[in-house]
Order: sequence, then structure tokens, then C-alpha cells
Amino acid sequence: MQPATEGGVRRAMPLRPALEVLVRLRKQQVVVTTMGAAREWPRLSDHPLDFHYLPSSMGQAPLIGLGLAMARPEREVIVLNGDGCMLMNLGALATIAACGAANYTLLVLENGVFEVTGGQRTAAPPELDFAALARAAGIRSAAAFDDLSTWQAHAADVLALPGPRFIVLRVQTVSDYQLPSPPPMQQRLKRFCRALEEAPVA
Amino acid sequence: MLTGHEAAAACVSLGVTHVVWVPDSTLGQWEAALTAEPRLRLVRVCREGEAWALAAGLYLGGKQPLVAMQSTGLFESGDALRNVLFDWGLPLWAMIGYRSYLAVESADTARRFTEPILSAWGLEWLLLDTPGGAAKMVAHLQAARAAQRPGVVLLAEGKG
Repeated sequence: MQPATEGGVRRAMPLRPALEVLVRLRKQQVVVTTMGAAREWPRLSDHPLDFHYLPSSMGQAPLIGLGLAMARPEREVIVLNGDGCMLMNLGALATIAACGAANYTLLVLENGVFEVTGGQRTAAPPELDFAALARAAGIRSAAAFDDLSTWQAHAADVLALPGPRFIVLRVQTVSDYQLPSPPPMQQRLKRFCRALEEAPVA
Repeated sequence: MLTGHEAAAACVSLGVTHVVWVPDSTLGQWEAALTAEPRLRLVRVCREGEAWALAAGLYLGGKQPLVAMQSTGLFESGDALRNVLFDWGLPLWAMIGYRSYLAVESADTARRFTEPILSAWGLEWLLLDTPGGAAKMVAHLQAARAAQRPGVVLLAEGKG
């Protein structure tokens, strides 16, 4: 599904309800979050298999998740990435396709701005189509949603497509740019790695 | 300094599971040996920053990756390196092709900046500048593992 426009403005869904769809469907998947998603997701979820990629290296969250998926093929991995981060590392789409991790989903929250730095526009032109880029890179299971009810209706089906999967959610910007202060990294890594070992797979 | 078979054998003896790389003309000669070794998976990435992040994910998932790239890729990937080695404290391993090291008269600035950059990151390295360095490489990375610190091997390149 391609983004539609309403009065010349691209349609977008509110971020929090969009993520709540994923929260409801989430079972024992690893969820890697970065940037804006790392701000919002902890408000909705406190799961030992949540890994908030902070402090981060911008653009690298999809690769962190890919490494986890390759190391743990028995466990699903979902990466919540921003569009600014995705633009910074578009080559990752080719790497993801080539590695072919069937247990991997990359979800891009597209709002057209660098939200955590105050909402400056990214370099992307309005017509940029991330899902088409992913398909062109070789990720066959790729979809985009700009309407909450459509995302709610199709999310489970899209997440069940053969992996690797690529999902774009066109979301509205939010005014609260503050990132939470996460616990110390070593503490988070310890909890996360323990959960990787101990949490049930399904 | 190392043949592909020597490098593959050294990786196996170290328990390396994945080599995550962007090859240069020296490391690239190892491709056939690395892909022929069933205990290794060669992971090709598009740019060097990806290599550190992907290796970090593998490491957190219980694997033992080795990142391989040229010194120019080390320069390119500094922020990704900073993040996983220092923010996270992961003791990852790297094989860095030291471009133009053997070309003493070379004006290639990649030669000039390689060691200062590693020093700036506070990374200790082993320089392999003579043939048959596999045993040294294994010992260096085993010591890094024992100390739970990153291990870097510089592979001398260029025509002497």
C-alpha cells in the first residue's frame, strides 16, 4: 500500500497507537528500538527482550538486529528504526536481503524529520518510497501503511510473511522529543542477554 | 602476511563463527578459503560501519565474529566502532588491512593515519608485517579474549 495524500499532505497515523498494534501482537520476539521509537516503546513495553539501542550509532540498529537474528535463528527479531536512520544506511537493505534471515523484521517509522533533534526535515524527497527501495534491494516481503485502521487490520498478516520483512509505517510527528534516560548499558545488556538465553522462543 | 588458508585456520582455532567484511585487494584474496571453510560464515556488508554493528549483534547472540576491513574502512566506521566497543564494552575482534604500510615512500595518507587513529581509540594492536603470522594472530586475540578487551590485528599491505 502506497502512502496517500489528503489535500496535498501525505497521510500519516499517530505514533503511539501504531506501536500499540505491535505491542498487542508481540510475544517473545526481540524488539530493538532506536531514536524516536526508543522514546515511545518503553512507555508501552517493559519486556526483557526489549533492547533499546541507546546510546547508539545512527543508522546501525538494523545491523544490530540482523546480527542477533543470524545468531539466534530460532527467535524472531523486530527492529524499530527511524526514517532518518534508514536514510543514513540504505546499504543495509542489501545486506539484509543478502543475509536472508527469515526471522527478521525491519519496521521503519517514517515521519520525514529528525525528530529527536527537534524536527528538522530529512534529505528525502516526498516521493521517496522506502518499501519500493527494500523490494528493489531484494526484500520481497515489504509493505507500507499510512492509515491506522489498515495497519491494525493487516499487521498480523504482514508479520507472518516470509522473512526478512520490511514494513513502513507513515507516522505523525510528536512534540515530545525527550528521550528517556535508560538504565546503564551494562545493566541492560546483562538483562537482555539473559533473556536471550532463558526466555521461551514462542 | 597470511594466506587465506592460514587465516581461515586461525579463525577456526579461535572459535570464530562469522567473518564480517568489506574486503580490500589483500583481504579479498582470502575469500575462497573463507567460504570453503564450513565452520565459518562470511558475511558481506556494504560499508564498514555495518560490520561493527552486525558483529555486535552476533556477539550478543552468542557468536564469535571477526570484523575484517581495510584501514580506510576503519576510518569510515569510527562511530560504529565507538558505540559497540566503548559505549557497550564489547570485546570484538578486527583484522585491519594496513594500506600502504610496506610502501615506505608512499604519499598515501591512509598509511600515515592508521596507527594514530587506533591510538586515539585506545586500541592495542598486533602488526603482522612478516609472512606466517597466524600463530601471533591467534595468541593476540586469545589474550584479548582473556582480558575481555577488543583485539585488533593490523595486516601490512602494499608493495615494499
